[in-house]
Amino acid sequence: MRVIGFLLQKEFLQIFRNKGMLPIIFIMPLIQLVILSNAATFDVRNVPFNLQDLDRTSLSENLSEQFTGSGYFQLTGESSTSSQALDVLVGRNADLVLVIPEGFEKELMRGGSAKVQLIINAEDGFSAGVIQGYTNDIITAFNRDLIPQLPGSAVAAPQPDIIVRSSAWYNPELVYVDYMVPGILVILVTLVGLFLSGMNVVREKEIGTIDQINVTPMRRYQFITGKLLPFWIIGLGELTLGLIIARVAFHVPMLGSYWLIYLVAGIYMLVVLGMGLLISTLTDSQQQAMFIAWFFMVIFTLMSGLFTAIESMPHWAQNMTLANPVRHFVDIMRRVMLKGSGIREIAVPLAILTADAALLITLAVNRYRKVSD
Amino acid sequence: MSEPVIHTEELTRTFGEFRAVDGISFSVGAGEVFGFLGANGAGKTTAMKMLTGLLLPTSGKATVAGFDVFSETESIKRNIGYMSQRFSLYDDLTARENIRFFGGIYGLSSSIIKEKSEALLSSLDLIAVADSRISDLPLGWKQKLAFSVALLHEPKIVFLDEPTGGVDPLTRRRFWDMIYEAADKGVTVFVTTHYMDEAEYCDRVSIMVNGRIAALDTPMAMKSSFGVTTMDELFIRLVRPTAGDGI
Amino acid sequence: MKEWSSFVGFVVKEFYHIFRDRRTAAILFGMPVIQLLLFGYAIRNEIQEVKIGIADLSRDAVSQAITDKLLSSGTFVLIKNLQSPAEIEGAFRSGAMSEAIVFEPASGKEIQREGSMDIQVITDGSDPNVSRIVTGYTASVVRDYLSEAATTIGAPKGVVPVPLMMFNPGLKSVYLFVPGLMALILMLVSALMTSISITREKESGTMEVLLVSSLRPIQIIVGKVVPYFLLSFINVVSILVIASLVFGVPCRGSVVLLMAESLLFIITALSLGMFISTITGSQQVAMMISLGGLLLPTILLSGFIFPVASMPLPLQVISNVIPAKWYLIIVRAIMLKGASFAVLWQETLVLAVMTVVLIGASLRNFSERLQ
Repeated sequence: MRVIGFLLQKEFLQIFRNKGMLPIIFIMPLIQLVILSNAATFDVRNVPFNLQDLDRTSLSENLSEQFTGSGYFQLTGESSTSSQALDVLVGRNADLVLVIPEGFEKELMRGGSAKVQLIINAEDGFSAGVIQGYTNDIITAFNRDLIPQLPGSAVAAPQPDIIVRSSAWYNPELVYVDYMVPGILVILVTLVGLFLSGMNVVREKEIGTIDQINVTPMRRYQFITGKLLPFWIIGLGELTLGLIIARVAFHVPMLGSYWLIYLVAGIYMLVVLGMGLLISTLTDSQQQAMFIAWFFMVIFTLMSGLFTAIESMPHWAQNMTLANPVRHFVDIMRRVMLKGSGIREIAVPLAILTADAALLITLAVNRYRKVSD
Repeated sequence: MSEPVIHTEELTRTFGEFRAVDGISFSVGAGEVFGFLGANGAGKTTAMKMLTGLLLPTSGKATVAGFDVFSETESIKRNIGYMSQRFSLYDDLTARENIRFFGGIYGLSSSIIKEKSEALLSSLDLIAVADSRISDLPLGWKQKLAFSVALLHEPKIVFLDEPTGGVDPLTRRRFWDMIYEAADKGVTVFVTTHYMDEAEYCDRVSIMVNGRIAALDTPMAMKSSFGVTTMDELFIRLVRPTAGDGI
Repeated sequence: MKEWSSFVGFVVKEFYHIFRDRRTAAILFGMPVIQLLLFGYAIRNEIQEVKIGIADLSRDAVSQAITDKLLSSGTFVLIKNLQSPAEIEGAFRSGAMSEAIVFEPASGKEIQREGSMDIQVITDGSDPNVSRIVTGYTASVVRDYLSEAATTIGAPKGVVPVPLMMFNPGLKSVYLFVPGLMALILMLVSALMTSISITREKESGTMEVLLVSSLRPIQIIVGKVVPYFLLSFINVVSILVIASLVFGVPCRGSVVLLMAESLLFIITALSLGMFISTITGSQQVAMMISLGGLLLPTILLSGFIFPVASMPLPLQVISNVIPAKWYLIIVRAIMLKGASFAVLWQETLVLAVMTVVLIGASLRNFSERLQ
């Protein structure tokens, strides 16, 4: 135990003495958490919209006012031909062009219906879908008032109606921040843990101090513990700061138990550090270690379900994510914080993380040899 | 010779096809200063790594401090000190912190560490800079400190891998004074070097060529048996036929 | 002349560095390709299989018909027949399903008697995105059911919207994400490579050797960047080929323009890497900044996944300093909208100015170190 104590002391001295590294470990991640958590939103607001009113009647004006007054759209200009409309879309001056054809009012009054064209910039298919939804809402509301005034409305029988009453549990306002903060926090903790541990042993190899350690009677488990523990503590410290920010700055609810979060985080950090240590023992230079750590970090981040839903992936990719520890921890954090899940409900991902931790630590300990062969 | 503290028989290490160390046999007695010479790539560092338990031999036999290099590396480590060719203290720690760290992992008690580090720092004249980072010290001081740290836990044998590279002759001379001081206390010193004048300081030297020991004797006897007047001449004579791959 | 040949020698040395270390070379060429292939398939926005539970307390023709319609749409997978709404909580917490649909008792009778009925759609709002999409899907299925059930002919329909989805009629998220991945991968690889290569030289002390040589600082910097520029160029080509052949992203604009803009973007990224290396002394710090500092901001603020227009105003302002944001606008405009340089000159100018500023700042830092 004493030997580990000396090793810990040395590692902490080295970490806290590295003035270039300190702000990167502690400040940079937290700043990112504060700033970036607000960026991740699929809300579509203030859609720039271009009007092409070729009818110019009171009814067409009434319709376009419904658009401008809806709060979803912001009128940025008017056009009069379809090639103008296209230019507007290409030049990013509008994402929606509402085309009201000539004779719109006349047709409505005569035949009871008339078409309008909605040209939507569908580069971003998801936003395009949302924009279409907004336009449907506006037009449906417009019709509700309009149809009784149209000819022939008297003969129509009242239609049956089904009202879909939707409610979203745990997050009734569908606030993205609540969803993103726990996930981004996981990424940041992982980044710091993986890089610190991944660079550590290989750095001692590069500068030659590892031999000096290896000729001492220090035991393998002492060495590994001494190397892991500082980063484990830093990782959990970082998580704590992040959770405080989540609470104070973002008011993210915490329905579950902090104890459970820390239990999982303790195991999760072992996965991350075990992996970093394994990378460190397998490589010969910091550069190699960094590239490998980088490769996995990018994959883990994008395949974690943090930004896009796992359910949207093809099946083979969904299965791949089972091997991604970040996915499981993001999942657990969100469930515990937002839904108050207990240990029984997160048993499966927790078991996977525990197995990962055992596997990676074992591999790392085995790969680290005081005697090379 | 008294009971040998290092003893090897046909000790061999291969890397794939390459025989880095090719069946070397020798013994080193207690309290001896044993010089281990050879051109770059002759196999000195590989041999030393096997003896210090950093590298597993391919075949042969060897014991260090009475322990087997195949099966008892951990016991060997308790009895040796090591200073590697690359300066191997932590640059970003202070002299005091380095002493404390290495003392600690060798299991010295805190009071002994404290006592020893004060004695050590004052004998090396490092008190004034004891709390600044090692990276700020001149190389010669770092080497002396590294040597003292290697002796901290009072090992029976100390292995020095080119300990004096890159410093001026006067500093080297002082370093060798420290080596003698240690040898006088009964510590066996196993040292590799490039400097032929240093070879003269050793009780006995061996010269490795292409993984084998080409000569082993006291410097004096070796020179006379080859009929040369300086170690430089001797070295060049032994190494030249195959010098192409070394330098 | 002599200066030139020593410069060439220096560039050649850099190439040796890259290719001597096979593992690193494999990573630098292999990673972008692997990542684009993987993410191109995996990073999607369409929800394919919504796991739902249905609590049918009504058990009549209407609830049955709507259930059938939901399940035959292909989007919904029935995970659980809920006996009572009380079971919803547990299923949400364990993540077994993301939506529950509740038909209240006797709702079929209600619609006959009163002309209307309620359906409760409860979603797991902890993922607001999935929740929103799923609710929308469900509502549209119910709307379809209603319009099929409506029998009145000749009634006025009012205004009928005809949507036209420009540039991406299938609303495929691939078209959106592949250009984003290109920006992300090129940015990270390029910045990482230069920043590390230069700090490595500093750490090992060889930078001093270079500085006392006859090479001028600008030559050292350019010499460091040229090999990585060529390497990144290969990455650009392979990424564009994959985008087009594997993912079928169209290139409606000029390929030459796209290449030119991509090269400009690489230079911006390499300059950023260089700048990072001039403000740090160790590989570790350079690495942390060029990965830790770039990964999330590039993903989140570039518009890669989350539309910039949706962000709060301060973040929209901050996003302007993210080079990938501008490149992304350019790539999407050229590939999907067939935009010409006349439309994109402003974005191009921004990237060019960023590059000049970064190179200028690096040179200044670099020369300051010399004194």
